Amino acid sequence: MAQVEVPPAVVEVELRPAPPVDMRRALRLGFSGGAAMVLVAATGIVATFQERMVIDPILPLGLMFLYIVALAFGWMAGQPPQTLEGFAPARVSGRNYGAGTLAGGLAGLCIGVLVILMSVFDLRGVFVELSPALQSILTFDLAVPVAVVVIAAISAVAGALGAGIHALPTRTKKTLLPALTWVVIFSLMTDLFGQLFTGLSLDWLTTRLYPRRGGPLTITGAVIVFVVFLALHWYLSGRDTSMRQQVSAMPRRRRLGVRTAATGALLIVLYFVPQVMGPFVSQILVTAGIFLLMALGLNIVVGYAGLLDLGYVAFFAVGAYTAAIFTSPQSPAFTPQLALIAALPFVVLAAAIAGIMVATPVIRMRGDYLAIVTLGFGEIARILLNSEWLSPYFGGAQGITNIPDLQLGPFHFNTPQDYFYPIFLFVIVAAYITLALQNSRWGRAWMAMREDESVAEAMGVNIVTAKLSAFVVGAILASFGGSLYGAQIGSVFPHSFDIVVSITILVIIIVGGMGSVPGVALGAVVLIVLPNLLREFSEYQFLFYGVLLIAMMLKRPEGFIPSKRRAQELHQEEVAQDAWLEIYGEKGATGEPIPEGKT
Amino acid sequence: MTHATTVTAGPAGGPTRRVSRITPVSVFLWGLRIAIVAVILYGSFLSISSGRLTASQWRDLLVFGISTGSVYSLIALGYTMVYGVLRFINFAHGEVFMVGAMVAFYVANGLATTSLWVGSPVVSLLIVLISAMVASTSVAVIVERVAYRPLRGAPRLIPLITSIGASFTLQYLVRGLVGPSTKAFPRMEPLRGTFDIFGLVILRSQVVVIVAALAMMGGLYLFVERTRTGKSMRAVSEDPETAALMGIDVNGTIVRVFAVGGAMAGVAGALWGLVFPSLNFFSGFLPGIKAFTSAVLGGIGNIVGAMLGGVSLGVFESVGPSLVLAGYEIPAFSQLKDVVAYAALVMVLIFRPTGILGERLAQERG
Repeated sequence: MAQVEVPPAVVEVELRPAPPVDMRRALRLGFSGGAAMVLVAATGIVATFQERMVIDPILPLGLMFLYIVALAFGWMAGQPPQTLEGFAPARVSGRNYGAGTLAGGLAGLCIGVLVILMSVFDLRGVFVELSPALQSILTFDLAVPVAVVVIAAISAVAGALGAGIHALPTRTKKTLLPALTWVVIFSLMTDLFGQLFTGLSLDWLTTRLYPRRGGPLTITGAVIVFVVFLALHWYLSGRDTSMRQQVSAMPRRRRLGVRTAATGALLIVLYFVPQVMGPFVSQILVTAGIFLLMALGLNIVVGYAGLLDLGYVAFFAVGAYTAAIFTSPQSPAFTPQLALIAALPFVVLAAAIAGIMVATPVIRMRGDYLAIVTLGFGEIARILLNSEWLSPYFGGAQGITNIPDLQLGPFHFNTPQDYFYPIFLFVIVAAYITLALQNSRWGRAWMAMREDESVAEAMGVNIVTAKLSAFVVGAILASFGGSLYGAQIGSVFPHSFDIVVSITILVIIIVGGMGSVPGVALGAVVLIVLPNLLREFSEYQFLFYGVLLIAMMLKRPEGFIPSKRRAQELHQEEVAQDAWLEIYGEKGATGEPIPEGKT
Repeated sequence: MTHATTVTAGPAGGPTRRVSRITPVSVFLWGLRIAIVAVILYGSFLSISSGRLTASQWRDLLVFGISTGSVYSLIALGYTMVYGVLRFINFAHGEVFMVGAMVAFYVANGLATTSLWVGSPVVSLLIVLISAMVASTSVAVIVERVAYRPLRGAPRLIPLITSIGASFTLQYLVRGLVGPSTKAFPRMEPLRGTFDIFGLVILRSQVVVIVAALAMMGGLYLFVERTRTGKSMRAVSEDPETAALMGIDVNGTIVRVFAVGGAMAGVAGALWGLVFPSLNFFSGFLPGIKAFTSAVLGGIGNIVGAMLGGVSLGVFESVGPSLVLAGYEIPAFSQLKDVVAYAALVMVLIFRPTGILGERLAQERG
């Protein structure tokens, strides 16, 4: 922020040399990395993923996970300090590599200690995953003392490589890392790409990349993918302006034209997706679409209006149950047996009422208390739906079954491939509503409220209607998701509406970028499609979500595709200031910036 | 930490300036309040007049409520103290408690095979308590270091979301490490049976829980009120910037607050095992939420309040279903026990967010 461009004539100020890489920090990071690696091994991640190969005979995913941790900590340890005003820019020297090697090697030694402990004691009484199978994976079937040395050496090399990333020129970094990522994506998403190539009748590509059907990428395949994407990213990084900038620089009419064409192309691609992808992938996409619909709704509540709703799943449940009651012949108390489309007005009505019921008591409540109250509402809803007391109306733990499929005139929606269309229609409508609301009167009121409720109120924003409308719009979008979910699955049970769903949706919008529609879409794809495609992953899905939530909040609270406004809000005082304090502030008693009590 | 609040709560829970205005929202909230009180009173009247439960059964429910409530109090102390210094809800505190309970389980399981378990139960109970305390304290301190410290001064929702992430991470780490199965706490023979105290017949385990919790809370109260560290904690919770200017190590104090809160949660985890012997990776969630409710009920940031709040919530939750719900002849009303707790949470937050004893922080929240 404070990096003011100084005209060349004035740069007579002598620059101080950049502070060297902190070795004690590297030491600390080494132990933290070791702890992380031990946890990765002891939670069973290594053993579970070992079966899956990234590159067929040479690189299994389990060990890759383990040593990527070493690489990441080496990267952190070897990071040159931020360039500050008055300092020369830091250069990557042997010391950086040394720090990376130190951190990686130490982390590897921690795994070595684990291996020794495992060979001496049977730890499985407490830690269920520390099995002999894991032992043989970690030691590469070598004798323990040799294995410890080998593990430490591999980790040290990984750490040094991590530190070496800082030495790469920017363009190389921007080319190499995405290309490597694509190799991993291609090898993990075997089902997806195999299906895609078959659907596009590119069978020759499938046989080239994945010789064993549904099997992993071979060395040749990996090289092909790597080279293709290396070239692509080299080309992309070479251009001065990105596509987005080019488009926004166009005159208004052409810009509209390009945007319409792009949207049209996207719609055409979406139209062919289910046919090409087959039922398995379509089912995953349908699930992702339902989550995306809900995430768009929560995006309004949390992203726009800044009201952290942890009981959002309750609105999903309201939608699912209302639709089920109005359409299913098995509904216990009331069976109008409408078509889903005829039941939708009632779903909207029920969702709006639920939204108002939740919002009214919390009108005068802010921030964290609001989060807890909504969590309470969500749990109350689930327990009540599950209870015997209300089972004459909602079927208790047995839920409501036999929900008829969606029917629209002559179209009967039955398979996941069929459902893809209505769900994405809803998603597109929801995305349109969200975007339209962003710059509307309501949208501006929500954002003002998010930034400062008291100031917004003083400026004439009606907080009562703003909060009510945010909750109601969010609830309606979630209820659409719920009713489609019920129709697609064919039944609703209370245990589908766990708090975990609320948290998952929250993670989606936080990873993607609160307040940003493309961000939310990306979040849904990454967080729902990925775990479903990688079956072994489901066991660790929530651990991954938890870690991701922390990591995002620490490093990138605005998400991967941030909304501009939100990013500004979150980076009001630039990080560089903190860095100044860390160097010049007293390292003793109160070394770090003092917490601000009232923000 | 028991100074009365300077801001009187208006009908909608906001500051006084709202009292003069009658808004539709406040009318609605008053209506809701009256309706809830009427439902509770009528339900209690129905169930007492039906005479379903004898006096001794009511007394058992009450004692059970007090013993679970004192465990809630111990956990609530962690919430309330952290809220006092950092002004945010440490969602992961329930999991800190769960880790303590897990460690207590494994230590107790290990001890149960030795002669110490039968030979000197007091010593083995102490070992279990101390190891649970150590484990919970370490987890609390690590979470603070990794997840919360880099976020000082960030917008308020950010540490809250981080703590949700920390809570999930801890839950599923424990699940990955020790497996998803439900563990059964080993029985302690000397704790079975009852004590007869002034004519009251009380289960021994409950007596141990209540006495231990009271001792811990008394110790904590003295620690916060009488020691230098306690004084610096109070100073930081009063005003961190001024405290720093007065030469108090703010970060160090915050770590100590997390450590003390963690230690209390660890004790709570070990004691929990004596009352409810089954335990899995998700066991921290509900007690955590209830303890948070207790903290708010007592007035968040208020240590004595957390103790009172915990016991009141425990009693409310154990007596409530039989008193109110049974009155309306709701089938399988024990299924709704947690609804009572959640409803208490929601109502406390809506109608009296400043708690029984009042919080000092009312003005600053928001």
